[in-house]
Amino acid sequence: MAPQTSSAAAVEPPLNDKDGSSRPASGLRKSRPPSWRSKLLHRLDVKGAPYAFVVPFFVIFAAFSFYPLLYTAWISLHHVELATMDLMEWIAFDNYVNLVKDERFWNALTNTITIGVLSTVPQLLMALGLAHLLNYRLRGSTFFRVAALTPYATSVGAAALVFTMLFERDFGMINWTLSLVGIDHVDWESNKWAAQTAISTIVIWRWTGYNALLYLAAMQAIPRDRYEAAAIDGASRWQQFLKVTVPGIRPTIVFTIVLSTIGATQLFGEPLIFGQGPNGITGGADNQYQTLGLLLYEEGWKNYQMGRAATVAWAMFLLLVLVFIVQRLLSRWRSARSS
Amino acid sequence: MTTDTLQAPPVTEHAPSRRRGLRLPTKMKAGRQHHAGPVAYVLLGIATLVSLFPLYWTLVAASSDNTRITQTPPPFLPGPNLLDNLGKAWQDAALGKAMANSLIVAGAIATATVLFATLAGFAFAKLRFKGRNILLMLVIGTMMVPPQLSVVPLFMMMTDLGWGQKLPAVIFPTLVSAVGVFFMRQYLSDALPDELVEAGRVDGAHSLRIFWSIVLPVARPAMAVLFMITFVHAWNDFFWPFIVLDMTNPTVPVALTQLSAGYVRDQSLIMAGALLGTLPLLAMFVVFGRQIVGGIMQGAVKG
Repeated sequence: MAPQTSSAAAVEPPLNDKDGSSRPASGLRKSRPPSWRSKLLHRLDVKGAPYAFVVPFFVIFAAFSFYPLLYTAWISLHHVELATMDLMEWIAFDNYVNLVKDERFWNALTNTITIGVLSTVPQLLMALGLAHLLNYRLRGSTFFRVAALTPYATSVGAAALVFTMLFERDFGMINWTLSLVGIDHVDWESNKWAAQTAISTIVIWRWTGYNALLYLAAMQAIPRDRYEAAAIDGASRWQQFLKVTVPGIRPTIVFTIVLSTIGATQLFGEPLIFGQGPNGITGGADNQYQTLGLLLYEEGWKNYQMGRAATVAWAMFLLLVLVFIVQRLLSRWRSARSS
Repeated sequence: MTTDTLQAPPVTEHAPSRRRGLRLPTKMKAGRQHHAGPVAYVLLGIATLVSLFPLYWTLVAASSDNTRITQTPPPFLPGPNLLDNLGKAWQDAALGKAMANSLIVAGAIATATVLFATLAGFAFAKLRFKGRNILLMLVIGTMMVPPQLSVVPLFMMMTDLGWGQKLPAVIFPTLVSAVGVFFMRQYLSDALPDELVEAGRVDGAHSLRIFWSIVLPVARPAMAVLFMITFVHAWNDFFWPFIVLDMTNPTVPVALTQLSAGYVRDQSLIMAGALLGTLPLLAMFVVFGRQIVGGIMQGAVKG
C-alpha cells in the first residue's frame, strides 16, 4: 500500500504543472526534491509493471497445465488406482511396455489417425472453398458468415446428439436420403468405416465455418495488385486462386492445420456420445471408433488405472510432437525444393 | 433468416463497389472485387442450408413424439409437442441446475480470461521489458499443449483440494487463454497509439493507472468480443467437466450426455434437451453474430 500512496503523491506535482503551465520552470524545480524517490518508484514501476501484468497468465498456466503435464509423466511410471490415489507404486516403464503390447492402444491410435484425416482434410478443403465464396462481393455477406459460424456455437453434446439421430440406421434422415438414390440401410454405428465417417462428419460440421472465417480474414489481407498482376499475365480465376490466394494465406493454413491436428488427437466427446452410453467409452462394441481420448478415459475412469491413463496421455503428447516434427521437416523440404 | 439481416449490410457494402465496377472492365477486376455470380450464391445457399439444417431438425424432432420421428419419410415440419417436450427434458436432465452451473462457469472463465488477457496483451503490445519476445513465444507455445494431457494429475489435485464435483475444479484450470493474450496484443498494437501511453507517463501516471484510464477504454470493444468467444468455448467445453463433475452437479454439455446414455428413452426428449442446451448460445449469435464473426477474423490475421 505504501508505495502506491507515495507514487500517487509523486503524480500530483507534474499534473499541477500542466494546469499552471504559465510557469513550468518553477514547477519543475519544486518537484525536484522528492524526485529521487519518485524516480526510483517510477523506474520500479516501468521495469516491474510489465512482469506484473503478464505474471497471472504464466502462474495459472504453470499451476494447471505445465506442472500437471510433467506430473503426468511421473504418474505414468507408477501403478496408481483411482480409489487409492495416494498410493503410488514405482514400476518404471511397465505401463509403457504394457501399452505397446496392448492391441487396444494400436487400435485407438490408428482410429485417432484415420478419423483425424477423415475429419481434417475435407474440413480444411471445404473451409477454403467456403472462404473463397465468402470473399466475393455479396449481398447479405454478414448473414452468410454468421450462418457458417452457427455450428461452432453448438456444443459437442448437442451436435453429437443430433447427428447420432440423423445417422440412425432405421429411421435416420441420412439413410432415408441415401435410400432415395438406392443405397440401403447403412449401419452407421457398428460398421467401422461408416462410424468413423459419421463421427468425422460431426467434427467437419462444427468447425468448417470457423476455419473458413480464418481463411477469409487472411484472404482479405492479400494486396489486390497481386491479382491484377496475375490477371494481366493471363491467369484464369482458378490459376489465380492457386497461385495468389493459396500462397497468400499459407501461414493461416499452417495455423489451422496445427489447430485441427491438436483437436483431432484429443477427439473425445463426438465418439463418446455417438456410441450412446456404455458403448461410447469403448468406442463401439469392437472398439471400432475408440480414440486415444476415449482409451485414456476408459483406463482411468472405467478401469480405475490412473497410471495407465497417464501413459496414454503421454503417448498422445509424443504423437503430437512427432506430427509437428514431420510437419516442420515437410515444410523445410518444401522450401528447400522451391528455392 | 430474416430479411433484416439480409438487407442491412449491402447498403454500405454495395455502394463503393458499384462505383469501382463502372471504372474497370469486368475482366480486370481482381480478388475481392469480383461480384458473386449465381453459382456462388447457390453454393453459399447450400453451405448455409447444411450449417443450419441440423439445428432446424433439432427443432422438428424436439416438437414431435417418437412415432412421428421414426416414420418414413421423416418429418420436415415442426410438430405440436414442443413445449411439452421442453418441460420434460428440463426435468429429466436437470437442465435448470446445469444451465445455472454453465452460466457461472462460463461467466467466471470469460471474465478472468478477458482481464488477464488484456493485462498481458497490453504489456506485450506496448511495454518494453527484458525477455518480452521469449515470454511471448512461451505464450504461443502453450497453445500447443492440449488440456487432455494434464487431466490425470489435475483430477488428483482437485480431489486433494476437495474440489471434486465442484465448479471451481472446472473454472480454475481454464482461467487463462493463450489465444486471448495473443488476440488482445494484436488489437492493442493497432488500436492504442504509443503517444497515448507516453502522455500518461509524462503526466506521471503509474502503470496500473495507465492501464485503468487509458488502455481499458481503448480495449473495450475487443474485450467484449473476447468475452463472447471465451464464453462460447467455456460453455461448450466437455472433456474436463465430464471427468470432474457428475450428474448431481453438471454443466450443460455434461447433462446432455445423460440424455444420450439411455436414461431418457424418448428421442424427442433428447432433442428437446439438445435444443435447450444450445438455445442460450444461439440467442447470443443472433444478437451479436456480426461482432463474433468480426472478432474471430480479427484474431486470425497475424502481425
